[in-house]
Amino acid sequence: MIPVLLIVVPLLSGLAAFFIKQEKGVKTWALLSTVITLAVSLLGLTLLNKAANLHTEVEWLPLLGSKFSVGLDGMGQILCLLTAVAFPMIFIATWNSSYKNARSFYAFMLLSQAGLMGVFLAFDALLFYFFWELALIPAYFLCSQWGGEKRIAVTFKFFIYTFVGSLLMLVGIIYLYLHTPDQSFAIESFYKAVLTSKEQGWLFWLFFIAFAIKMPVFPFHTWQPDTYEQSPTATTMVLSGVMVKMGLFGVMRWLAPVLPMATWLNGDTVGLLCVIGMIYASLIAMQQDDLKRLIAYSSIAHVGLMCMAIFVTSDQALQGVMIQMFNHGINIIGMWIVVELIERQLHTRKISELGGLAQKAPGLAIMLVVVALANVALPLTNAFIGEFLLFSGVFNSTVSKMSYVFAAAGGITIILSAVYTLNMIQRVFFGNTNTLTAGIQDIKFNERFVLGVLVIVILVIGVYPRPFLELTQGTVDTILSRMVIKHPS
Amino acid sequence: MNAIVISAIWGVVMMFSGIFSKNNAVIRGTALTGLALLIVVNILDMNGTVLFKVNVHGMLYFDGFGLLFNTIAFGSTFLYTLLSGRDMEKVGHNLSDYFALIFFILCGISIASSFNTLLMLFLGIEIMSIPLYILTGTDKRNLKSNEAALKYFLMGSFSTGLMLMGIALIYGAKGSFSMEEIRLGASTLTPMLSAGLLLLLFSMSFKVSAAPFHFWTPDVYDGAPTVFTSFMATIVKAAAFIAFLRLFDDSFGELQPQWQLIVAIVTAATLVIGNITAVFQQSVKRMLAYSSIAQAGFMMFALVALNEMARQGLIFYAAAYSVATIGVFAVLIKMKDYTFEGFNGLAKRQPVLAATNAIFLLSLAGIPATAGFMAKFYMLAAAVNNGHVMWLVIVGVLCAAISVYYYFRVIQAMYFKDGDAQEMEVSPVFKGLLVVMAAIVVLLGIFPQWLLDKLYYFL
Repeated sequence: MIPVLLIVVPLLSGLAAFFIKQEKGVKTWALLSTVITLAVSLLGLTLLNKAANLHTEVEWLPLLGSKFSVGLDGMGQILCLLTAVAFPMIFIATWNSSYKNARSFYAFMLLSQAGLMGVFLAFDALLFYFFWELALIPAYFLCSQWGGEKRIAVTFKFFIYTFVGSLLMLVGIIYLYLHTPDQSFAIESFYKAVLTSKEQGWLFWLFFIAFAIKMPVFPFHTWQPDTYEQSPTATTMVLSGVMVKMGLFGVMRWLAPVLPMATWLNGDTVGLLCVIGMIYASLIAMQQDDLKRLIAYSSIAHVGLMCMAIFVTSDQALQGVMIQMFNHGINIIGMWIVVELIERQLHTRKISELGGLAQKAPGLAIMLVVVALANVALPLTNAFIGEFLLFSGVFNSTVSKMSYVFAAAGGITIILSAVYTLNMIQRVFFGNTNTLTAGIQDIKFNERFVLGVLVIVILVIGVYPRPFLELTQGTVDTILSRMVIKHPS
Repeated sequence: MNAIVISAIWGVVMMFSGIFSKNNAVIRGTALTGLALLIVVNILDMNGTVLFKVNVHGMLYFDGFGLLFNTIAFGSTFLYTLLSGRDMEKVGHNLSDYFALIFFILCGISIASSFNTLLMLFLGIEIMSIPLYILTGTDKRNLKSNEAALKYFLMGSFSTGLMLMGIALIYGAKGSFSMEEIRLGASTLTPMLSAGLLLLLFSMSFKVSAAPFHFWTPDVYDGAPTVFTSFMATIVKAAAFIAFLRLFDDSFGELQPQWQLIVAIVTAATLVIGNITAVFQQSVKRMLAYSSIAQAGFMMFALVALNEMARQGLIFYAAAYSVATIGVFAVLIKMKDYTFEGFNGLAKRQPVLAATNAIFLLSLAGIPATAGFMAKFYMLAAAVNNGHVMWLVIVGVLCAAISVYYYFRVIQAMYFKDGDAQEMEVSPVFKGLLVVMAAIVVLLGIFPQWLLDKLYYFL
């Protein structure tokens, strides 16, 4: 029941939003819908937390052996919670923004939420693919219609990139489906598919390219900075806060446990790609003058770290990734909100044109500093927990031959991340004001509320992460048991 | 049998309706009645009620596969007439004759979908083609239309010659026209047979505009009046594919290992050439012509794979592709300017037109939750299942990604670019029909079972 509601509420309210005329009305409607979704998601975590409520399966395409099978496990819970939290936050934070043709904007936002929920909930490969694409289509319209100047070309690149990946994955899904013992798309059947190591080898790349493009991992990342820069900020928040998690999620649910042998064998290659991407993105981030591009590149570095950690296959690393997926979403949405606030008031994102904001907007500065420190993984913040687990997992990995290299490289990117983040804070918020920045006003109530909530979440997880870790332990165990069973000797 | 007889009779009825009535609405009404009747009698046929008991001496063979396709073809023609019937009047004064020709084409389609000897295949294909040559040239005063008709006719006759030669060679080798007797075992490929097989392959490739026999397609599609392009690019093309599949499955299926590679190469060439040239088109109509070549490439997968999934998939593809393409063309006909720029800003002026058109284009591109996705899914699944042609599957997938480029160009023009798209007058009924078509596309995409169940039910 819970999973179905999580998909249906945003889907139906999104479709209905196309027909609401007034801008105020559609804003309220969208916010209301996402709050309901959030409530359902929280209910699923607490009151209705029983197996019967968390899984639904009905016939869909019996001839093909595909079922409408949705469910919540620990990883699903955490990502659905992220999706459910992110959207109301985004809507509240951008409440003061005005969009032309607002009803379509909010409708597409809600539809993309429905698609994202579906991705995280699906236990049937065809259904997963369905939602995977459905999350993409609204994003395409959102970026193309409401983005910056170069939006059309940039979004096109983004769409074709991801579509190529998706189609390759579709071929992989079909191949696996035809090799399941009972001709079904259920994930349980996928586990049972009989494959030679050669088949696993190329299937791995079919799936991995799709996920790598989405995350994005070097060298499939080139769409990302442009798209983040050109999209309307609300959409960028969805893309970077939630949508990149689709790639990580895909690897953990559909790649590593289904093709364990290939994952073991190719783990180091992928890890190396991630390392290259992390260092490269961090170095570029240091050179950026545009706030959006800076955060975009820093996101490539952070996601690369998580991707690398998945492939070293250890308990701690996977736990770290689970919690870090949530943390990264929260932190980066916080960063984007700050950018949005600056841009809306001053109409610029150039770091060189800003300065001294803290004098005029101390509230904003405090919030940003907390979020930014979380982004750098300072102790007591959420990302510290995630990255600590992640690093110790990488370090202690018995699978990867290059675990020390990976850990060292990861460490360097953390340092680089501190360099560019702190540098950015220094240049944007401190120093002297100029004629442009003197006019900035401090944050309003709704923005204060959202950033306040995010800061609280950051600190709470940073101090007391246990509930989150317990939630995902089961999923981690499942993944590991699947992967260890088929360890090539 | 019902459909063959009724469509022929109704073709004659349409010819005479022009004498008795000059009122276009009456003529259109008669045609729609005939189409509705065709659908009904064909469904009766599927359920075992055969109205005309003719002894065909085994020359025709009616199975669920062919009959279900007929239903799809008649249903699509029905929708097509509802949507674009009024635009036929703009082509010329002989409305009743156009409909007569369309009914004769449908008669040819019903024969081509149920032939059991090579002679019947030949007859079916020719009955289907000759009215098309005429329809291509109906815009008499337009030079492009004349040229297209001549080109189509000459090329078509050439391919007919090839087909006859192929049939003759096969007859020479096996001493029979019957599909059952020709049915080739794995070890009997003589030079004469292989020559015949190749000639048949080439001529059928011509009919479905598969590369490298596709050169007539863009010019003919571009030159023909747009309403008829819509018909020939969808229903007729799908019918040619059904005949193609039946021929190669029933007669030459056991020899597949020997000809699979050739068909696979033809498929790959069709996909690559169709998709890449479509990217460079400036006119939406020409883009659709090339995209129809590209879509033909995807339908060729059924021939390469040749298994149960391929048969289901081809039926589904025929339905999905026909409905979406008829929809796109119906919108195109209403535009004054056929270039991409002509669509700029259509979403603001005509939100319904733009939204439904976007759904049709998404379906052609194969995006999930539309019929086009399920169609492509079946084709890919059939080819993957075959196991020998993974390279072709990858080529197909990459080409599908390229196709997104040109389909989305129209969506971009409609939604994201500013401009004042000029369109003809559109009636509320027309919009309503477009919405119905879009709904069919989406419903087939989410519940493909509805259509495919029929196949199993009637088999």
